[in-house]
Amino acid sequence: MTLAVSLPTEQRPDHQEDSHWLPVCDRSALTPGRGVAALLPDGGQVALFLDRAGRPYAIDNRDPFTGAYVLSRGLTGSADGRPFVASPLLKQRFDLETGTCLDDPAVSVPVYRVREIN
Amino acid sequence: MAATAVPTLVLIGHGMVGQRFLEALADRGVTERARVVVLCEEPRPAYDRVQLTSYFSGRTPEDLSLIDPDFMARHGIELHLGDPATAIDRAARTVTARSGLTVAYDTLVLATGSYPFVPPVPGADSAGCFVYRTVEDLLAIEEYAKNCRTGTVVGGGLLGLEAAGALKGLGLRTRIVEFQPRLMAVQVDEGGGSALRRTVEEMDIDVHTGVGGKEIVAGGDGAVRAMELSDGSRVETDLVIFSAGVRPRDQLARDCGLAVGERGGIVVDERCRTEDPAVYAIGECALAADGKVYGLVAPGYEMAATAAATIAGDHEAAAFTGADTSTKLKLLGVDVASFGDAHGATPGCLDVVYADSRSGVYKKLVIGADGELLGGVLVGDAESYGLLRPLTGTVPPLAPEQLVLPAGAGAPAGALGPAALPDDAVICNCHNVTKGTIRSAVSEHSCTTVPEVKKCTKAGTGCGSCVKALTTLVNDELTAGGVVVDQGLCGCFPHTRAELYEIVRTRRLTSYAELLDGHGRAEARGGDGCETCKPTVASIIASLAPTVGADGYVLDGEQSALQDTNDHFLANLQRNGSYSVVPRIPGGEITPEKLITIGEVARDFGLYTKITGGQRIDLFGARVDQLPRIWARLVDAGFESGHAYGKALRTVKSCVGQTWCRYGVQDSVRMAIDLELRYRGLRSPHKLKSAVSGCARECAEARGKDFGVIATSNGWNLYVGGNGGADPRHADLLAQDLSDAELIRLIDRFLMFYIRTADRLERTSAWLERIEGGLDHVRDVVVHDSLGLCGELESLMAAHVSAYRDEWADTLADPDRLARFVSFVNAPGAPDPAVRFVPERDQIKPDLPLLSGPTLPVRTLADAPTASGTRTLEGTATR
Ligand code: SRM
Ligand SMILES: Cc1cc2nc3c(=O)[nH]c(=O)nc-3n(C[C@H](O)[C@H](O)[C@H](O)COP(=O)(O)OP(=O)(O)OC[C@H]3O[C@@H](n4cnc5c(N)ncnc54)[C@H](O)[C@@H]3O)c2cc1C
Ligand code: SF4
Ligand code: FES
Repeated sequence: MTLAVSLPTEQRPDHQEDSHWLPVCDRSALTPGRGVAALLPDGGQVALFLDRAGRPYAIDNRDPFTGAYVLSRGLTGSADGRPFVASPLLKQRFDLETGTCLDDPAVSVPVYRVREIN
Repeated sequence: MAATAVPTLVLIGHGMVGQRFLEALADRGVTERARVVVLCEEPRPAYDRVQLTSYFSGRTPEDLSLIDPDFMARHGIELHLGDPATAIDRAARTVTARSGLTVAYDTLVLATGSYPFVPPVPGADSAGCFVYRTVEDLLAIEEYAKNCRTGTVVGGGLLGLEAAGALKGLGLRTRIVEFQPRLMAVQVDEGGGSALRRTVEEMDIDVHTGVGGKEIVAGGDGAVRAMELSDGSRVETDLVIFSAGVRPRDQLARDCGLAVGERGGIVVDERCRTEDPAVYAIGECALAADGKVYGLVAPGYEMAATAAATIAGDHEAAAFTGADTSTKLKLLGVDVASFGDAHGATPGCLDVVYADSRSGVYKKLVIGADGELLGGVLVGDAESYGLLRPLTGTVPPLAPEQLVLPAGAGAPAGALGPAALPDDAVICNCHNVTKGTIRSAVSEHSCTTVPEVKKCTKAGTGCGSCVKALTTLVNDELTAGGVVVDQGLCGCFPHTRAELYEIVRTRRLTSYAELLDGHGRAEARGGDGCETCKPTVASIIASLAPTVGADGYVLDGEQSALQDTNDHFLANLQRNGSYSVVPRIPGGEITPEKLITIGEVARDFGLYTKITGGQRIDLFGARVDQLPRIWARLVDAGFESGHAYGKALRTVKSCVGQTWCRYGVQDSVRMAIDLELRYRGLRSPHKLKSAVSGCARECAEARGKDFGVIATSNGWNLYVGGNGGADPRHADLLAQDLSDAELIRLIDRFLMFYIRTADRLERTSAWLERIEGGLDHVRDVVVHDSLGLCGELESLMAAHVSAYRDEWADTLADPDRLARFVSFVNAPGAPDPAVRFVPERDQIKPDLPLLSGPTLPVRTLADAPTASGTRTLEGTATR
């Protein structure tokens, strides 16, 4: 089972429809609760996670508070039933489904759609 | 009536009460209106005499100081150190000091305290005879004791026992000679006295009661050799401390014709005024309106408040009509408390007694004819003092027998809590703070934590014996106000870290998921946990790994998902996403070959190098994918992980020590290396640091460490709880003159006890301050084995030591484990383009302009294409 990601249309700066799914890695490359980073063709980076139930998530790897590409190395958890990752640098938490920062709702990171392909 | 242009107030004596008086004057604004002159006999400003003995456990005279460095300047008070008053001329209203300084006063306050009474036995002025009252006394005793083997304390009261403990601590064979038939005759009754005696004797201190010293025998050099006792016997001794009570220092008052009591003490009224309305006397030198001289600090503080109020013109403030002389002390590690009518002097009263001579516990309550509690004596276990004392004068809510039974032996747990007390019950005796005041600090002044309440009310900032009751009251009050006081670690667990440690240890759990699902909060079970509890539990499992049967390697399976990124990559994350590498350099000792290897590795991988504050070398700027290759070279050359990334033992610093240094008395380098190799890899609640110095000059800064070792000519002194960082703390002396084996055994116990009971991210310093009973309790547990835990603590450490393996060597040996060290899962060979460097001072530094890079908030660009939106963008982009 391969995981593939795609940036939702509404988050694309040009709002262009794009149905291209980028295969990233085999599901088995991920440990639940631990992220990995993947390189995108445009040089961007995406952080992928699996939660305990095996659901995949993908958000931008760039920590908006420090500018470092490190979100994939944060620890995940759930708060009020919502999955999040805490940045390993200054520990701000980001909702894995919406990209919103739980500690400062004015800040968010782009989220990617993620699905399994064969 | 003013004798001078600006009214002048002169204070004679700057002791504990004098200082409190000055604070009260300042609070009332008197220092702004009047010139205040203080004549202080001692060479240093007021210090905490009550805690004097803690000098011998490592507190410096500066630590004992009672004044903020700028207090005098801030209030414009003139303090003359080392210049005692020598005469008072009441007619001219002047005071003359030894230096010749003469000051005219409008108001004069005497706070001259007491002097130790030295019985008039022949030879009492020989060299080696001391009293125990001031810092200077202690310094002199310490110096003299260096050349002594035995010491004798004359007097088995409160201070005598403290002095005996101090001599014992200085390594002297110690004896107490008490004229009364029992120890602490003033405070405790016969039963209490014998319980106390047994415990003191168990500490290897000889006790002679019912005898007095008859003569001090000096040698040809005038130094003490022996003491002859009233029963005709003779004991050899090199040093004598007289602690046979104190007498008020009222000579100045006598000389100027003020009335003094028959047994001393300057006569004052309820406003602490002498018969001369311009002269006041407060503290131990005063004979209060109730005809008593109080030898405790709390009544002195009350007198200070009364006198300051009167001088400020506030005649409504409380008068001083007498005080409670209840005391709770920890003497030589034994709790001793007495309160109210401890000796049962009230007609018709009855005693209820519980005694267990095996454990040295003796408790007596004095009950009045109508069942009211009149007083009591507690020896060996004074836990209930904080609750019993405020109940004095009332009929307790429980039968007296139940009040004296030890917890678990029929005493209904929790039935008698501070909750049962009336609002006017005094909880903090030192500062006279009632339960009502504490409650309103929470309900009206919105304090939400114990430290806030302490600051607001001063409760708990004296002897500390009320802190437990205080904590309960604060929590009760918060709960009553609807604030949930949750001790849980995080949103996932209702337990503290120490409780989770016990659960993991006793249930032998090796899985976080199992712990969360079985012991987490209902709403968190089955969930993903959080970034707080995951590393905490990972650390607990790692600390206990060999004992609970977990894999000692912290990155396998589930464990790997629990670790912060530093532990996950066995390196330290830096601000640009690169990592640093710190090989272990035990004790800071390194061969030229190894230095060359480090240099070559750094050069070949282009790393920034820096000597750390921990006597080793940090290599910065490695990408994740470079770490295995860097470490392959280092491991090959004989290096291993330095755990700079872990909450684990960091470094054991050393000084060069006896081998080279002309002052060294032990081989500090060897000991530092031994300790570092023994405790390397030990995961703990926070990082652990240590150092070993070869002599008291302390070049390794051991007293700034979690456990610091300083060489003595007889072995090693062990200090614990030191800290640098934001809140520095000097380590406290735990034990002295240890052999190598004793030192290591004690550190084993200390570290394991800390790991077992500390909170998450609580350094040893904060832990020592927080843990109930503080250093004394920790010493009881790890030195005297009061909880019977030492065997287990030692075997936990033995298991750790034998299971230790170098994490980096293990990682390199296993391709699966190495697989994680890639920047990108879909491009394992590709370096991370975001990790870049620019040159600086012949090395590199992170290319930081990149960090505030172009993609900062995409969202804002899309939302706000207008001119005003551009400003928003600038504002956001500066974040
Ligand atoms: C490298 C070094 C500074 C240097 O260039 O010399 C350093 C660097 C860091 N220190 Fe430190 N400390 C270093 C010696 C110290 C010292 C001095 C000492 O150990 O003798 C202290 C004061 C002593 C003490 O710990 O009590 C010190 C007190 C701190 C503190 C405050 C701890 C506290 O209890 O208040 C922190 C923050 C923390 O740990 O939570 C800290 C945290 C850090 C961290 C780990 C911050 C972080 O999370 O990124 C830094 C990581 C460095 C890295 O990536 O490698 N560092 N740090 C030193 C490494 C020593 C070593 O060889 O292991
Ligand atoms: C080892 C020890 C342990 C103690 N433990 C406790 C305890 O647990 N609980 C408790 O309540 N109390 C305890 N006490 C007693 C407590 O310290 C005193 O009650 C308290 O210090 C009294 O304060 P004071 O200001 O009246 O006297 P002091 O603190 O003695 O201060 C008087 C000062 O006046 C100075 N002075 C005297 N004459 C002159 C002069 N002519 N000119 C200028 N200065 C002068 C003295 O040098 C001294 O510095 C203990 C005392 C000692 C020594
Ligand atoms: S602590 Fe003592 S032995 Fe060590 S280097 Fe300093 S002076 Fe020498
Ligand atoms: S009773 Fe001493 S600090 Fe409260």
